Amino acid sequence: MPFLQIDHASKSFPSHTGEGEVCIFNDVTIKIEQGEFVTVIGHSGCGKSTLLNIIAGLDTASEGGVILEGKEVVGPGLDRMVVFQNFSLMPWMTVFENIALAVRSAYPDWSQTQVADHVNKYIALVGLKGAETKRPTALSGGMKQRVGLARAFSIEPKVLLLDEPFAQIDALTRGVIQEELIQMWNASRNTVFMVTHDVDEAILLSDRILLMTNGPSARVGEIVEVSIPRPRSRESIIEHPHYYKIRNHVIHFLVRHAAHVGRGSGESGAGRSGETPVLVKFS
Amino acid sequence: MSAGTVVPEDPPVGKETGSARSALKPTKGRMMVGQAAESPWMITVFLAVVFLLAWHLVTLRGAFDGKGLTEEQLQMMEFNGDIVRSPDGTYLWNPEKEKVKGIPGPLAVMEKAREELSEAFVKKGTNDHGIGYLVLYTVSRFGVGFLAASAVAVVLGVFLGLNKVLFKAVNPFIQILKPISPLAWMPLLLYTVKDPKWTAILVVFMAALWPTLATTAFGVNSLRKDYLHVAAILQLSWPKRLFKVILPGAAPTIVNGLRISFGSALVAVVPAEMLLGELGVGYLSWIEWNNLDISGVIFAILVVGCVGVILDSGFNKLAGLVTYQE
Repeated sequence: MPFLQIDHASKSFPSHTGEGEVCIFNDVTIKIEQGEFVTVIGHSGCGKSTLLNIIAGLDTASEGGVILEGKEVVGPGLDRMVVFQNFSLMPWMTVFENIALAVRSAYPDWSQTQVADHVNKYIALVGLKGAETKRPTALSGGMKQRVGLARAFSIEPKVLLLDEPFAQIDALTRGVIQEELIQMWNASRNTVFMVTHDVDEAILLSDRILLMTNGPSARVGEIVEVSIPRPRSRESIIEHPHYYKIRNHVIHFLVRHAAHVGRGSGESGAGRSGETPVLVKFS
Repeated sequence: MSAGTVVPEDPPVGKETGSARSALKPTKGRMMVGQAAESPWMITVFLAVVFLLAWHLVTLRGAFDGKGLTEEQLQMMEFNGDIVRSPDGTYLWNPEKEKVKGIPGPLAVMEKAREELSEAFVKKGTNDHGIGYLVLYTVSRFGVGFLAASAVAVVLGVFLGLNKVLFKAVNPFIQILKPISPLAWMPLLLYTVKDPKWTAILVVFMAALWPTLATTAFGVNSLRKDYLHVAAILQLSWPKRLFKVILPGAAPTIVNGLRISFGSALVAVVPAEMLLGELGVGYLSWIEWNNLDISGVIFAILVVGCVGVILDSGFNKLAGLVTYQE
């Protein structure tokens, strides 16, 4: 039994015309081991964020479900923390208060000083010392997401769900925060499920990359194993012989599927729904 | 006063434009424009002086000139009370009749103000209390009505805002009740509670209720889902969710509703006092009208304005504490 399993999950919405339903993704099964870093890449509309929300318990699958440590996920909980694309920090709280809100919920028995120590530890980890009393408005996008990461790591969740966490951050800052994320993850080794559009980001961070076909009725078309040893850094991975092989493979997949966008066929990509995804491994 | 928009404070931007402006200083004309723009209070003072001067000149009336009038005509005018004979035998306009003839000038109003303010806390009878007392009555009447309405409206509004179905179900009633002038309720309220004191407070209550209720429900209803998602993931308890997330998140919208309520309650309290004969600054204006003392009416109007400004600035201070920038 895997640590986290998305089990035959489907999601459909009522269609705009009111007749019938539109199936976003169909019969998706993903097995994730404890401590694994898994990334999902796919074109917009393939339902990857919906999938993430279903794992988080913020959305429900139309069919199938999510099993974490042998138990079905029925709603949101402290064992699965999300890092949101738009940061979702409370603008009326300071950096400290935003993280403390999470820490207090996760550790209700802790004293004020214990909470403060823990919060300050994570503020220091993301390099935001001195910004504790600032409100999110006063922070840049990169700093906001550092608070988001600190908040997520601070409650030490079993599963970290990253929903395009760096999409709204400028490219230069993005690289820096990606490496900070690697360091934090190296220390904590949470199981991570990330959704992204950025191929380089996926290769840098993940153990496996799931490639989704286009919606409607999207599915996991291929699973690419990132056969580049850790520790990785942005500088070193591009030297690795597998880097461009993986990158090209992923981009080919995405381009191939971009050609199908708009044709309205639910059978785009490698194989029909229900088929097991193709495993890709470079050696 | 009242339902205006919030003026955001942005000192850093102001500083930048200030330095940019100083670079434009070389020509004299531009400098003067720049200076005037930097000190709006100078324009304010200028406008006030112009207004007072114009008011004074328009309402100015020369001394009584009896030349060309027969003794009989003069006696007739004295009999009618238009003029009075001074101790040295000359005729003057009757100062009592002057008060109701035309609009009194700024000096007359200032004299009236001095007179009223000098005995601000004197009670001369059951219906003749000093202006200090009247302000106190109005403010407390307004305060009780407004606070009670705000409490009810915020609680109900949060409740409706959290329950979309209920909100949609109740919204038609709110929309019908909202535009009704609070004064329209007065006869019914007076008939029901049978006490003008409480009726006046209830009129303020009715005036302040609907805008806050509607805006609070809207604000809570349209709170960004992300905040609620975070609250759900963190498994916050309901009281925590309400006080740490929902209320602070909707606070800017709620405060806007309170601001509209505040204005409409302030507008309602004056006619309510007039119609109910409850002592207060609104009633003062009516009493002075009954006394045919137009200076007194103008003074009462000015007092209403001043009370409004003071209450409004206090409200703005409170509002500043709970609002945030996204």
